[in-house]
Amino acid sequence: MQWETVIGLEVHVQLATRSKIFSGASTAFGAEPNTQACAVDLGLPGVLPVLNEQAVAMAVQFGLAVHADIAEVSVFDRKNYFYPDLPKGYQTSQMYHPIVGPGDVEITLEDGSTKRIRIHHAHLEEDAGKSLHEDFHGMTGIDLNRAGTPLLEIVSEPDMRSAKEAAAYLKAIHSIVTYLGISDGNMAEGSMRCDVNVSVRPKGQEAFGTRAEIKNVNSFRFVERAIAFEVERQIELIEDGGTVVQETRLFDPDRDETRSMRTKEEANDYRYFPCPDLLPVVLDQAYLDHLRGQLPELPADKRERFQNELGLSAYDANVISASRDMAEFFEAVHSECGDAKQAANWVQGELSGALNRENLSIANSPISARQLGELISRVLDDTINGKAAKEVFQALWNGQGESADEVIDAKGLKQVTDTGAIEAMIDQVIADSPAQVAQYCDSEPEKRGKMIGYFVGQVMKASRGTANPQQVNGLLKEKLDALL
Amino acid sequence: MYEKTLTQLAAALKSGEFSSRELTAHYLQRIEQADGKLNSFISVTAEQALKQAEVADNARAAGNAGPLAGIPLALKDIFCTQGVKTSCGSKMLDNFIAPYSATVVEKLNAAGTISLGKTNMDEFAMGSSNENSYYGPVKNPWDLTAVPGGSSGGSAAAVAAGLVPAAMGTDTGGSIRQPAAFCGITGLKPTYGRVSRFGIIAYASSLDQAGPMARSAEDCAHLLGVIAGHDGRDSTSVSRGVPDYVEGLNAPLSGLKIGLPKEYFGDGLAPDVEKAVREAVKVYESLGATVREVSLPHTHYAIPAYYVIAPAEASSNLSRYDGVRFGHRCDNPSDLIDLYTRSRAEGFGEEVKRRILIGTHTLSEGFFDAYYTKAQQVRRLIRQDFLDAFEDVDVLMGPASPTPAFDLGAKKDPVSMYLQDIYTIAVNLAGIPGISVPAGFAGGRPVGLQILGTHFAEAQLLNVAHQFQQATDWHLQRPAFAEEYA
Repeated sequence: MQWETVIGLEVHVQLATRSKIFSGASTAFGAEPNTQACAVDLGLPGVLPVLNEQAVAMAVQFGLAVHADIAEVSVFDRKNYFYPDLPKGYQTSQMYHPIVGPGDVEITLEDGSTKRIRIHHAHLEEDAGKSLHEDFHGMTGIDLNRAGTPLLEIVSEPDMRSAKEAAAYLKAIHSIVTYLGISDGNMAEGSMRCDVNVSVRPKGQEAFGTRAEIKNVNSFRFVERAIAFEVERQIELIEDGGTVVQETRLFDPDRDETRSMRTKEEANDYRYFPCPDLLPVVLDQAYLDHLRGQLPELPADKRERFQNELGLSAYDANVISASRDMAEFFEAVHSECGDAKQAANWVQGELSGALNRENLSIANSPISARQLGELISRVLDDTINGKAAKEVFQALWNGQGESADEVIDAKGLKQVTDTGAIEAMIDQVIADSPAQVAQYCDSEPEKRGKMIGYFVGQVMKASRGTANPQQVNGLLKEKLDALL
Repeated sequence: MYEKTLTQLAAALKSGEFSSRELTAHYLQRIEQADGKLNSFISVTAEQALKQAEVADNARAAGNAGPLAGIPLALKDIFCTQGVKTSCGSKMLDNFIAPYSATVVEKLNAAGTISLGKTNMDEFAMGSSNENSYYGPVKNPWDLTAVPGGSSGGSAAAVAAGLVPAAMGTDTGGSIRQPAAFCGITGLKPTYGRVSRFGIIAYASSLDQAGPMARSAEDCAHLLGVIAGHDGRDSTSVSRGVPDYVEGLNAPLSGLKIGLPKEYFGDGLAPDVEKAVREAVKVYESLGATVREVSLPHTHYAIPAYYVIAPAEASSNLSRYDGVRFGHRCDNPSDLIDLYTRSRAEGFGEEVKRRILIGTHTLSEGFFDAYYTKAQQVRRLIRQDFLDAFEDVDVLMGPASPTPAFDLGAKKDPVSMYLQDIYTIAVNLAGIPGISVPAGFAGGRPVGLQILGTHFAEAQLLNVAHQFQQATDWHLQRPAFAEEYA
């Protein structure tokens, strides 16, 4: 039987506010346990929450970026359950009236095609603390630094049909939140976490199959792997005559499998009710207009502009627009050199390669966009050839010079295009290589083309790489053929 | 000194008749002598109080003492007080030393008042007799076999007995007004949002409100002026100017329109309580007020609605007492569930457990709409009843409680106890202010007249109460118990 996979994602995005969603404590990552938890975060008797306005603004910005309806009135609810790292015994969330209503996101697949994924809603909530089971023998440590960190939970419709689509969706969300600057998007530090709902159904069937919710899927790669495993598990189960039960499963990246955590019957009754300590959030049109006016150009718009106005391929436009830093770097390089295709090639090729090798982000690139743009300009105006350009790039990367021109001058990499000078070098090489010349002349004409490489190499070497390779090639052929 | 009202004490401190230190020592001595019989205090912070008194005296000598500087007060043990045990009347918090102070406490400190200690209360403010305290029941100074009312029973008894000139209470369903009535003192529950709830241990967040309990409306006016106002740490506190409550006390009452809700004079009201209340209303007529009957048609739904909403919020508010971070923790838990269940089973008393169970049930899937949603609808109707009534009259008057203080141990059945709050509970659901003033006696026990106003009408309520107290002396009467320690 042919099976179809149906996937929906719940993405938790940690918002980049300076303080927590309901208290003034810092949200900075990596502090000593429990040093960034104030009385409110600890859930001490008598404390009250006060909503962080910045978190609201960020949620609204996200909503606007995904063309969503923003709720005029949204309400915080309490989700009640006991857990040691949940200090109040409830999580303040938005169950019935979320701040962001239905919207959509466009994803780009590897073949360049696009698809719209609908967003069901997005709501604000507070994060819990962390339980540390490993560090204490026979005990559990509780770190409440993370408790109260603002989260935006983005819930998609079950619109994805493959692991690749799910990964592309997650990347699109990552791209939007980092463009907006509302999250650092750092998945390794838990700034973006993902729960995946997966079900399978016979191809052509309209009704959804029973879904499993996979928790703890915290990288783009894990999303694909967890789905691949889960889909295979469900299909095998059904084909062996079993049925999928609605349950929560945990992804184990070390063993590359999902394991049952709890079934529907074991699920908590969270006893949601409106939080009486917080007023409803009421947003007026002027506030939304103000935030809309502050939105940056978003990835989808950039992608379209790169393709339509700058003539980049769909693939290049997609890769470069995925990250705001890379897109802005590219744009700066382009405005310096004026050639979008070359700018794209250098940013994706030489620069990305070097950054990857040294594990640097583009924001920390040792070469500035201006330096790279100037370097490309020097290739475009024939000041240097491609080989020398790579040498200039390396020198700039290593900090050996402020600008491409400075490196070119210092290293004498300026391309030699003077025919007389090149001819003189060719004559010298021919004079120094009687044996090779003889061999060349004795060869079949079709083999001579290959043999000319030797002479080109010698001339380039004699010019220390600065001779224009096309000129060298042409002149050599003329001179050698004259000897036949 | 103890026979003076707070207003008189403030004047005496100002004129130098005695120092705050002397005054504070006087009250500390009375507590020491008398409270063994009353049990109105959970903690007495004598040393800190004397230090604060010295600071107040020095400030006065330096000429920068505020009007209430040096006045001793007591705080219901529900107000977090930095460095002081804040138990909320519960074994659960018997070991809890608050690391911060409630906004009300900060404001009182800033005004230079002195805290003598923390008063007894029903556990987590759940109760109408102060018999639900982990620290034992409080006795009514008018009759030591009677309850002082609850949940602010310790505050009411201490003021009535002259152990402190005034005290802070909280009122979720009548917990200031009913004990004030039972103990013959004046107690004001302000409009919801008038006083910050920050640092007040939550029972039912949408109903809780702090207020003053003192000998007179004038005393309450002084104290409300100190504690009222917007607080950035409480989202439900209202951003609205605080009027001078003392200034308006003497406005004449001619033309005042008083409404008597007919539902407040029906079955279950003790005849001698009704008589006292009707006498009080006559006093108002003699002061130029007009009286008419009004109706609050949804009154009889107030108790059921309250006992859905308050326990629902309480079940969630009290989830933080889990034995993990603070409060009571059971010995040698075998695992997490054991830690939770035993810590909570041991730490909470009977009534608290009952309300947590009720609240957990009403919020459960499948019951939520039938209970919680319905109760919120009823709440809106009750609020509308009051708003409609205030279209026609300025204030409403009636009994604060259907009976005077009952005997300790008399109400074994929780529902009969809940019915005690029939006249006070709707006020919290509507969020309006209410004040109870002494209006005579029934069987030797005080009767409280409850006066209700529309939202933020505290100044008017205090004015109306004060004018009554200018015309009568019920509020000046003291129990014999108070005189035993003169």
